[in-house]
Amino acid sequence: MKLTLGLLLSLTAFFASPAYAASSKVALDNVELDLSDKASLQRGAKIFMNYCLSCHSASYMRYNRMGKDLGLSDKQVKESLMFASDKVGDTMTVAMRPEDAKKWFGVVPPDLSVISRARGTDWLYTYLRSYYLDTDKPLGTNNLVFTDVGMPHVLWQEQGYLRKDSDNQLHALTGDQEMAFEYSMMIRDLVNFMAYIGEPSKIERLALGKWVLLYLVLFFFVAYPLKKAFWEDVH
Amino acid sequence: MTNTVDVDKRRFLTNATTVVGGIGAIAVAIPFISSLSPSAKAQAAGAPVAVDISKLAIGQMITAEWRGKPVWVLRRSEETLATLPTLVSELRDPDSDNTDQQPDYCKNPGRSIRDDILVVVGICTHLGCSPTHRPELAPEDLGSDWKGGFFCPCHGSTFDLAGRVYSGVPAPTNLVVPPYHYLSENQLLIGEDSQGVA
Amino acid sequence: MRLLEWVDARFPASKLWNEHLAHYYAPKNFNFWYFFGALALLILALQIVTGIFLTMHYKPDTELAFASVEYIMRDVEWGWLIRYLHSTGASAFFVVIYLHMFRGLLYGSYKKPRELVWIFGMLIYLALMAEAFMGYLLPWGQMSYWGAQVIISLFGAIPYIGEGLALWIRGDFVVADATLNRFFAFHVIAVPLVLLGLVVAHIIALHEVGSNNPDGVEIKQVKDDEGIPVDGIAFHPYYSVKDLVGVIVFLFIFSIILFYMPEMGGWFLEKDNFIPADPLKTPEHIVPLWYFTPFYAILRAVPDKLFGVIAMGGAIFVLFLIPWLDRSPVKSIRYRGPLFKVALTIFTMSFLALGYLGTQPATGLYTLMAQVFSILYFSFFLFMPLYTAIDKDKPVPHRVT
Repeated sequence: MKLTLGLLLSLTAFFASPAYAASSKVALDNVELDLSDKASLQRGAKIFMNYCLSCHSASYMRYNRMGKDLGLSDKQVKESLMFASDKVGDTMTVAMRPEDAKKWFGVVPPDLSVISRARGTDWLYTYLRSYYLDTDKPLGTNNLVFTDVGMPHVLWQEQGYLRKDSDNQLHALTGDQEMAFEYSMMIRDLVNFMAYIGEPSKIERLALGKWVLLYLVLFFFVAYPLKKAFWEDVH
Repeated sequence: MTNTVDVDKRRFLTNATTVVGGIGAIAVAIPFISSLSPSAKAQAAGAPVAVDISKLAIGQMITAEWRGKPVWVLRRSEETLATLPTLVSELRDPDSDNTDQQPDYCKNPGRSIRDDILVVVGICTHLGCSPTHRPELAPEDLGSDWKGGFFCPCHGSTFDLAGRVYSGVPAPTNLVVPPYHYLSENQLLIGEDSQGVA
Repeated sequence: MRLLEWVDARFPASKLWNEHLAHYYAPKNFNFWYFFGALALLILALQIVTGIFLTMHYKPDTELAFASVEYIMRDVEWGWLIRYLHSTGASAFFVVIYLHMFRGLLYGSYKKPRELVWIFGMLIYLALMAEAFMGYLLPWGQMSYWGAQVIISLFGAIPYIGEGLALWIRGDFVVADATLNRFFAFHVIAVPLVLLGLVVAHIIALHEVGSNNPDGVEIKQVKDDEGIPVDGIAFHPYYSVKDLVGVIVFLFIFSIILFYMPEMGGWFLEKDNFIPADPLKTPEHIVPLWYFTPFYAILRAVPDKLFGVIAMGGAIFVLFLIPWLDRSPVKSIRYRGPLFKVALTIFTMSFLALGYLGTQPATGLYTLMAQVFSILYFSFFLFMPLYTAIDKDKPVPHRVT
């Protein structure tokens, strides 16, 4: 039994260790997300449709599925969130041709359907808030988390511009505390939405989980007495 | 040490476990069975289709694709409409009494919303072939009584120009009229009636 | 029961039932470690059923594979559940198999007369590794691609024929569409058929000689008047009801992972595998699946490509030899002397340590540690004939305790 316990303990330790050493040197800010916060998801969707979807696709995500999960009717989705296509059953594709994108940005902007699962939500949250002015770059901006990124600071009007000091800290050049706070809230909504499209069934998964566990507990309390009843005559 | 085994208790618990386990097994089967039904992609591809009939001449037929099936849209002439009532005695279901074959709003002599425009799924109700449109009168192969209609090449079923099946052919029922409605005078939407998606 | 008689006259239904369940007498002293055989069988069934349903939606084509997995996760009704059952099941399979194998080491279940049970089991383990490796290519993510690339390149280490062999396995100059297609064929039909055959052989061999137990006592040596082992109880109903409880507890843990952490922090579904395979860009860290990491660490510990591959292969192959390396007359750890206990502890720790090191970058100290633990790993087997022969074993009881 001691061996069992020891083994289990070492297994736990094994699983608890991080799978990857963080690849970037920048400490990521932790973001608390809430997939049940439909208002936040709707705000995030709006930002996503307005800013991201003009260059990036989310080609595994369907508009009507998003509408259903975010509590919007097909009509509402069509009127306020669909700019790129006209059928609610369509996926979120982008009009820009990959060859053009390659020409303009140097790389084809990646599909964002599962980017939150590839990068992690903390990374996205920090990345989108870490653009700073860098006159050496053709775009005039650079990013602390993603050095020499090909994407311009699309949301500069919301955040204002930051500059980097000698010890890699970012400071606002324009805007005040309030603006910075509001920008962070806005990015939180956006990342919340990106986490949602990364795995739309997550809401369903979490909801189902507790019922399955409850059932298994119930099953246990029937099966265990059964085992007891049979083993009474084993001595 | 007891030698008496409580048989009733064992039986009760065995039954209880079987029932609880059985419920679990059925619950587990549900996701697997429903995974085979049309996916969101198939449903999106099967969304209602709009058809423009402004350029459809009298006697002309166009084929739209809805849920992967041919849907015929035919503009009938006054003469054609006039022949329809004369065929009643030769048809199996002249009054469209089989309600599975058309929406309520198409249970009428022309089996259509607008008298002149016929909308039917172009799939033979026998074994699923697609019949051909034979508008000509009394062709050689179909006999001198032929008033125009649809002929299925697979097994010889015949339908009139309202998609009604003739008696004495293999097909058991009239051609299916899909749910549809008019968005405007010359725009019709197949796959959805005015109440919403069918 | 007339139907059953009718069938029995034509097919040994009752005979099979009795031989393998109702009149198969298992030792009455099975403990915690004896759940894992039944659990492995359960997971095998789970993987086959979920696999069949995934096959109905998955597309083995480099252009479509990644998207078809996301299609399953989103567009197919309940597809996400079936996919997670399969991906979590794969890791659970290895957890259970490793514990099952460890049980064999603890209680000497590989020793005479169960050598073939062990050999069949090892073959199952090999087939399972092949199955897991090829299955992992199918999502066509970055880890799928580069993992396959690295492992197939190992064959290139074989002198003279290596490069040609690697090329032949891939069917292209890099891992490509041809590779994906053949891996799909192997993963969904070839290997599962072999696996099923081996599982049947494993169970037939076990039921021929009878189960071992935590005391390592042969229960067949003491039988009652009817020829039934005194310390044996019918597998059904006794162990079927007991295993059912084990199954429920297992499913509870399995469900927690499945519903609340299907990625298991990157261990079961790796982050980089959510990026479609890109033959021009290697991820920063290529980490094999957690269940391969001990052998991966051994591979990297050897500073020579060919000998690294040999060491890795040897680490698996040497397990086949255990029944003949172990010279002790005692099976169970309960009655073994201190030498074996120490050796097994060191071996277990080495295996876990290598498993950890396989996930870490191969740099300075880590490589040195991997070398030390690799030596310890092999020492367990190399010196086994020696220390098991001179060990101070305790007397084994006549009956199970």
